[in-house]
Amino acid sequence: MTFPILSIIVFLPIVSGAVLLFLPSERRDLIYRFALGVAFLTFLLSVLVYFGFDIEGARYQFMEQYNWLPALGISYFVGVDGISAPLVLLTGIVIFTGVIISQRIDDRPREFFAFLFILASGVFGVFVALDMFALFFFYEIAVFPMYLLIALWGWKKTREYAAMKLTLYLFIGSVIALVGALAMYFASGLQTFNMLALEGAGFSASFQQLWFPFVFFGFAVLGGIFPFHNWSPDGHVAAPTAVSMFHAGVLMKLGAFAALRVGIMLMPEGAAYHLPWIILLSLVNVVYGAFIAMTQTDAKYMIGFSSVSHMGLVMMGFATLTYDGFVGAGVQMVSHGVMTALFFAVVGMFYDQTHTREMGKLGGLMKVMPFAGVAFIIGGLVSMGMPGFSGFIAEFPIFMGVWRSYPLVAIIAVISIVITAAYILRAVSRIFFGDIPAELEGHLHDIRPSEKLALGLLAFVLVSIGLFPGVMVPMIESGVNHINEIVHLIGGA
Amino acid sequence: MFGSITTDMVLAILPEIALLVLIAVVFVTDLVVDEKRRGILAWTSIIGLLITMLLTAFFAQPGAEAETLWGGMLRHDWLAYVSKLIFLFGALITTVFTLNWDSVRFKGEFYVLLLTSTLGMTLMGASADLIMLFLSIETTSIPLYVLAGFLTDDDRSTEAGFKYLLFGAMTTAVMLYGFSLLYGFAGSTGLYEISAAIGAGQIPAAALAGAAVLVLVGFGFKVAMAPLHFWAPDVYEGAPTPITAFLSTASKAAGFVVLTRVMIAAFSSVQAEWQLMLAIAAVISMTLGNLVALSQTNIKRLLAYSSIAHAGYALLGVIAASELGAASVVYYFLVYVVTNMAAFGVVIVVSRVIGSDEIADYAGLSRRSPGLALVMLLAFLSLAGIPPLGGFIAKVLVFAAAVQAEFVWLAVIGVLNAIIGLYYYLIVLKVVYLTPGKDEQKALPTPRPQAVALVVSIVLLLLMGTVFAPWYQWALNSASALF
Repeated sequence: MTFPILSIIVFLPIVSGAVLLFLPSERRDLIYRFALGVAFLTFLLSVLVYFGFDIEGARYQFMEQYNWLPALGISYFVGVDGISAPLVLLTGIVIFTGVIISQRIDDRPREFFAFLFILASGVFGVFVALDMFALFFFYEIAVFPMYLLIALWGWKKTREYAAMKLTLYLFIGSVIALVGALAMYFASGLQTFNMLALEGAGFSASFQQLWFPFVFFGFAVLGGIFPFHNWSPDGHVAAPTAVSMFHAGVLMKLGAFAALRVGIMLMPEGAAYHLPWIILLSLVNVVYGAFIAMTQTDAKYMIGFSSVSHMGLVMMGFATLTYDGFVGAGVQMVSHGVMTALFFAVVGMFYDQTHTREMGKLGGLMKVMPFAGVAFIIGGLVSMGMPGFSGFIAEFPIFMGVWRSYPLVAIIAVISIVITAAYILRAVSRIFFGDIPAELEGHLHDIRPSEKLALGLLAFVLVSIGLFPGVMVPMIESGVNHINEIVHLIGGA
Repeated sequence: MFGSITTDMVLAILPEIALLVLIAVVFVTDLVVDEKRRGILAWTSIIGLLITMLLTAFFAQPGAEAETLWGGMLRHDWLAYVSKLIFLFGALITTVFTLNWDSVRFKGEFYVLLLTSTLGMTLMGASADLIMLFLSIETTSIPLYVLAGFLTDDDRSTEAGFKYLLFGAMTTAVMLYGFSLLYGFAGSTGLYEISAAIGAGQIPAAALAGAAVLVLVGFGFKVAMAPLHFWAPDVYEGAPTPITAFLSTASKAAGFVVLTRVMIAAFSSVQAEWQLMLAIAAVISMTLGNLVALSQTNIKRLLAYSSIAHAGYALLGVIAASELGAASVVYYFLVYVVTNMAAFGVVIVVSRVIGSDEIADYAGLSRRSPGLALVMLLAFLSLAGIPPLGGFIAKVLVFAAAVQAEFVWLAVIGVLNAIIGLYYYLIVLKVVYLTPGKDEQKALPTPRPQAVALVVSIVLLLLMGTVFAPWYQWALNSASALF
């Protein structure tokens, strides 16, 4: 038997979370060290998965399969392909950096880290699941802890509202998708939830046209697709820093990923039928999200809406049904995940000192925390799609794909790049340059070394993908090549 | 009539025999022990129920083929077996939660009535004959009427008992009329003979549909489905809380076992008609139960409306009228009984200390007792259908059954209702975890036996939500006994 690395990566966090709950609550130091250790181990494992993945090898690797409920064809079946391996790495990075910067949590830290780890297990589970039932199982495990994390540790002003809104939105989505998944299960006649088997089920065209929207939108809610994106900025803003990082950085990818895996890949004809109008929704995401971000004065809201805009690009990449679009969307998921995590981390760091996120009341932070400033600027350059950074590697193929299928959409979507540049540059200049406002003078100090390490790691990933696309793009291409065999992408071999 | 009595026949009613012995023991103990030492009554019941459960589990297990025993009165099959274990578990946990309840703890009649009611339920689970069915339903119900009104110095309890009695008597009469129609047309009281007579076309369809409606009135009352749910909130609120727990779990499950068995065994030829009737009832139950639950301020009333909604979800499994459907109903009640027992368990422990059932008074519970708050969290999440708890699998199974039987619209209404449910469960959890309370510093201790019962329930919930193959096998065996 081979080393069950994926099972370990899925269950290590949740088991550690349970262990945490039994540690004495007054030993804060021990709790934090334990959490940090687990997060680091998870990160290492995710690195192992990523670099252990053989691009030339089989479509799915590190596979494990055990019977779960054989009577209904449910199995615990996991494996990663070229799309999900980078997302596993992303999750590892975000959980590690998120725990690093959460050192200052002082209200019930034990429960905080426990819930965060349960969330992480759910996320890993969804990314590696090859069984549709297992995917739902982990999906709902990933969604629920968000409620507690936001409601208990969030920003006092909006946390109850935002937590409830987020939870209800995401659960409506997931149960609607569940009905679609059950319909697929029975229509296939295969008596299995194994997604690799269901890919060959040959659903009729009318079935796919009817059910594709259920599954796609059910998951895409979590991907923040217009008009169901409304929960997301509220959730980002209300959440504590580490949770914002996780939420925007990883959780939204969960929605896009599941919409791809269960929606597009199992019902390709339904996708071909519906995606041409869904691309218009993603266009609204991209452009409207950017405009709204432009009007925000709260830094966190600005990043929240920029996520809506950038996740729109992921959806748009899928909706083109082109080879380039899929590759770009795959890279964008990772690039945006790391970039947003970085943004939220920086905002969290200065908010702890300034107690405001209003950009008008900030200024000159570059003088006291240059490292954070530089990191933020790197994130900004990624966001704008500047060559040399991962954002370019992601967005360029997406726009190529869109151009190929819908030139008009591409032209309109490109507007967003300009707007993004405008709001990012404005934010950078307002927050980090100029003079430090008088009321903040003397209250500020540089960020801690551990925080620099976290930001450094995130920035390093963004730059490496930008300078050496070879570290990630071939892997995603290998994944898209396999998808191409089922979905028949435009421009695919 | 019985011929010679075989070992098989005795083993089939072993749970009933054991319960009867236990009832006698408790009754006699109550007579001979003097008042101060009657605390042993509860422990006698607990140990007796444990022994009964073990005996049932190991010796009363049916074979692969269902048998009809005792002159066609009882069915010895997996459905009966599993449901008996569910009822016994319900009675056991209920008894544990009476341990710190001084107004009932020293009263032998309380335990005799509770055990008699449980005896009725075990017979309900196995009845294969209209007469046996009616007798067992009455054996279950009459003690429950008394128990609901057991706190004679509390007006609400008396009112609950009386209301329950009136509603119960009326619906039972209607149901009995339905039984008489069935007997009149089919010429037999055996469920399976009736089924054969219907299959042979002996009964006019109109009469059969009429009989189905009348019978459904009786069963609908037992399971508290709309539009026969009116009694539930008042009775749940007024009755002693352990009895409320028993009513909302074991009694409801017993109703569902009978409903599933009778509808599938006897009324298969008018399936489309009763499916439609039940579908309407399910939609009303889910929607009304959930919507009204939104505005409740009393935790017992909230759980009452939630239990009406859950009757609606479980009905989806019955409506599917398939093997998966019946299995999903059994799984639903395996989970639901344990979940609601845990939820009511917390309510009982909390209300013994703070003397209130208002949701607002749960503020600060997470700081006063993190353990109780965690049990409440897990129980409510299971009710809301969130993994890795049993409620998730139960919901997936009933929705799957509905989709398979091409009642997709019902499944969609069901999942949307699940969201409303999630909303009010979260509201309660928000009070427990977020709202600052008055006495946050005062610890809220859980007595040892109750703590054990809660932990057992939670472990079972987690097991039912993660290792589901063995439980599903039980459910599937039960379901295949019906087809």
